[in-house]
Amino acid sequence: MIFNVRTCGIQTSLLWKLKGKLSFWPSTCGLREIFTFNCALGKPQEKWKHWISVVGLEVHAQIKTNSKLFSGSANKFASPANSLVSLFDCAIPGTLPVLNKHSIEAAILTALALNCNVNLISEFDRKHYFYADMPAGYQITQQRIPLAVDGHLDFAVFSPAVHKVPYKKQSKIKQLQLEQDSGKSLHEESSFGSLIDLNRAGVGLMELVFEPDLKDGEEAVACVSELVRILEFLGTCDCKMEEGSLRVDANVSVHKAGDNFGTRTEIKNLNSLRALSRSIDYEISRQIAVLENGGKIINETRGYDPQLKTTLSMRDKEEKQDYRYMPEPNLLPLNLLELKLHPSDFRARIPVLPEQQRTVLMNKYQLSLETTIQLVNGGNIGYFEDVMGALPDLPVKKVCSLLLTDMLGLLHKDERTIHQCPVHPRRFAEVVELVKNKTITHAASQNLLSILYRGDKRKPKQVVEEEGWAMINDSKKLEAICQQILSSNPKAVASFRAGKTKVFKSLSAHLNKECNNKYDMGEATQTLRRLLQERVE
Amino acid sequence: MLQQLKNGGCSVQELYVQCLNRVQMIKSLNAYITVTNKISQIQLEESAQRYLKGIPRPIEGIPIAVKDNFCTKNIKTTCASRMLENFIPTYNATVVQRLLDSGAILMGKTNMDEFGMGSGTTESIFGPTRNIWGSHVIQKLNTNFKESFSSPPDDFFIAGGSSGGSAVAVASGSCTVALGSDTGGSVRNPASYCGVVGFKPSYGSLSRYGLIPLVNSMDVPGILARTVGDCRSAFDIIKGWDPKDSTTLQRPLNKSKLKRTSAKLSKLCVGIPKEFHCPGLSSEVSDAWRDVMDLLENCGIRVVQVSLPHTSYSIACYSVLNPCEVASNMARYDGLRYGYRATGKNLNSTESLYAATRSQALNQIVRGRILAGNYFLLKENYDKYFVQALKLRRLIYEDYVKLWSTGVDLLLTPVTLSDAPLFSEFNQKDSRAQSADQDYCTQPANMAGIPALSLPVRMSKRNLPLSIQLMAPHFDDETLLDVAELVEKELNFPQPTFKET
Repeated sequence: MIFNVRTCGIQTSLLWKLKGKLSFWPSTCGLREIFTFNCALGKPQEKWKHWISVVGLEVHAQIKTNSKLFSGSANKFASPANSLVSLFDCAIPGTLPVLNKHSIEAAILTALALNCNVNLISEFDRKHYFYADMPAGYQITQQRIPLAVDGHLDFAVFSPAVHKVPYKKQSKIKQLQLEQDSGKSLHEESSFGSLIDLNRAGVGLMELVFEPDLKDGEEAVACVSELVRILEFLGTCDCKMEEGSLRVDANVSVHKAGDNFGTRTEIKNLNSLRALSRSIDYEISRQIAVLENGGKIINETRGYDPQLKTTLSMRDKEEKQDYRYMPEPNLLPLNLLELKLHPSDFRARIPVLPEQQRTVLMNKYQLSLETTIQLVNGGNIGYFEDVMGALPDLPVKKVCSLLLTDMLGLLHKDERTIHQCPVHPRRFAEVVELVKNKTITHAASQNLLSILYRGDKRKPKQVVEEEGWAMINDSKKLEAICQQILSSNPKAVASFRAGKTKVFKSLSAHLNKECNNKYDMGEATQTLRRLLQERVE
Repeated sequence: MLQQLKNGGCSVQELYVQCLNRVQMIKSLNAYITVTNKISQIQLEESAQRYLKGIPRPIEGIPIAVKDNFCTKNIKTTCASRMLENFIPTYNATVVQRLLDSGAILMGKTNMDEFGMGSGTTESIFGPTRNIWGSHVIQKLNTNFKESFSSPPDDFFIAGGSSGGSAVAVASGSCTVALGSDTGGSVRNPASYCGVVGFKPSYGSLSRYGLIPLVNSMDVPGILARTVGDCRSAFDIIKGWDPKDSTTLQRPLNKSKLKRTSAKLSKLCVGIPKEFHCPGLSSEVSDAWRDVMDLLENCGIRVVQVSLPHTSYSIACYSVLNPCEVASNMARYDGLRYGYRATGKNLNSTESLYAATRSQALNQIVRGRILAGNYFLLKENYDKYFVQALKLRRLIYEDYVKLWSTGVDLLLTPVTLSDAPLFSEFNQKDSRAQSADQDYCTQPANMAGIPALSLPVRMSKRNLPLSIQLMAPHFDDETLLDVAELVEKELNFPQPTFKET
């Protein structure tokens, strides 16, 4: 059953109304703006530096429950249109909401993980607006007394392309509220009407309102990524942004140092981290450009077009919305103690969260923040711990470099994650131990990992023996090799004497080849340099 | 009646045919919107079978009528509005389902004011319901009264509302029990004018699931019957927790005080709130009220004068809270999924479709309240109106709580200020003024959520019923029914009887 909204003429106006829910944009809107700003957006100009940007996020996370927030309909993505719609979901007169206990539990768990104060009594409100995919004409939400307030999320900002060094950041959480999701409107340019799918209508959402304490797209992405990790750890949301189970709105404003916050705009329904980052950075630049050119920022809702990589105004003729909030009369106040949902009972159910994992790693292994970020945020910590636990006293730096550089490199090439790694942690540990005992060189360990990754079933030690990859600890032999290289490259030695120290690189290359991964390359290079210096003098 | 069915004095078919005849006889009163012949036949067969097999359910074969704002599966549920003129629900309201499960036979769906907004059953797209008293029907058919006052030929006495259809259906004997809904007096008011018992139970004692809402925080399904006993039988079947309505009480109701205090009436105390001696109260109602006070005293009950100081604010408070919830509840009627949808060339946007649909399919009173409600809920007005009204509601509620704590067990008040007015008189006033008159005595019980019952006392000079109201503390419905039954026995109100044709 598909609801055909209207058979004629309605399409354009609905498009305008649709705000961020569209995956495409009418080709004519916002073109002028794009021309105006794109030229200015190439590189941030020097004079823009005194602008301060402020970003606040609102995240809608669908609660991972079998049924919807107030009805018994199933909550499943990609089901046939309107196949998961109860009488309540399509607002049939006389139906009433009945709160789903599992949704409350998930929200309490999430609230505690995000350091919020859980209100033992919270209340539901109706938020009114007319919308084809909002069947009752209002959304049941928690505006006045939400389930939880005053939390914060600690995360690390680290994108090597932007900052060499990672830094820590915190975003405060104003409130966490339970509310209903809306349905979906579907529009096709060729079709003669609009179609409505109410499968999503009434699905439970946790809306997280963050304070405006971020500064750009990078921080926003870091914040949301950390949130995603936490929700996935808790299992309270599956966080599939591409399916819309996690959606982000960003409030953006800019001001000069010492001034009050500027007028903000809201970018709606961002459904990928890339869109989040790009839209915010674009919007910051746009606002600065507008202000630098003597313009004014209007408090408005904007959408992000991933093709054009710009934000576009979604203003329509409509005046400012007044949601006419009213207490929901069909639900009693949500009294957690009466429902025997003591927040204190939930604390024990919270797993070790990423921030805690990073801190533990730093303290336990004296790792850098950067490394802990790579281990925890990349989801590599499980494998890492398995390796470290497999054999005693493994050199942690070696484990990290082989894991984070070599092993991840191999996996990445095949578009695999660490969970699909064919090398057993135990074998990985054995490889590291071979390096630790100076049985093989670092270079040989890389080769060893590579052949294990390709499916070699032998034990690392056996491979080393059978392939003759064992390290040779014989400085006499090493000296002989170096002397031989120097002798067969008289031109290079002469150049070096003349001051062209760069030639050492080419000599090193010869050395690498001659050593064939069987000598400690640190020692080999030192020997070569020493002998070269002796010749020069 | 149930006794007769059980001992074989009358078969379910005979009873049904009698009631169906009655439905035909009162057709001109316009009590029913839909008469459910076909569905009744199926229910009837099952009932007859069950009597044959000796496994009758609690009210097997008892004919009922249901106000047209309770959802009934596969039967039109119109709310007397163009908006839902062709709306056929796929489910039964809990209270309807419980009655049917207990063996009731549905006679039909009864007339009402559009979406319950009115107090005369005069604002229905199907036309007004006429009171059976003072009508040509009763003149022709009643065997009880030799002389009877009759309305002028071009006028009629109103049935009261908004559950006027249900009241007339019961008064005429076309069914034993009818469901109504009571938000500001909509069950008690027509019961009072039509000379039947109208019971509004405690908020939370009956499920609202399937009742198309007017004001969710005050709506209560109500029961209309000729006797308190019939009210009680129906109440016992439909009361109790419903997982589909979060506002229903999970524990059982309080036990009757009469049973708690070893049935000694002298231990009871009935309060007479002075605020109910209001301007406009007719001397006839006043006299009836006083007579019932005397009657209670003669029974040994202590009668004391009490005060409920915030009573007169109830209507003002209601005139804010009602439109707010109405505006919200009516938002779903947009013509997209069900109900009326406007058509026309100019409807080229969602907004214009919504606007045309709603202005064509909702009457002026409904639209007026939607407008007012949305105004009160605007951000800048919310504290000025809605919050103030909530505070006032709290004060009214506390009046009652304080009173009960002083040892008063029940209250005795008028229901309506007079006997039934003529349509021509009633219609002179606008909807708000009507509500101010009609709901003055009944509205506070809805504010406080307490049980209240309208009981017919005697006939007025115009040969129209006069009634009084009993109210009890929240969840003391059993005490209320016990005392009402007692008073009923003493009063011996003359129910009309009919010549069968």
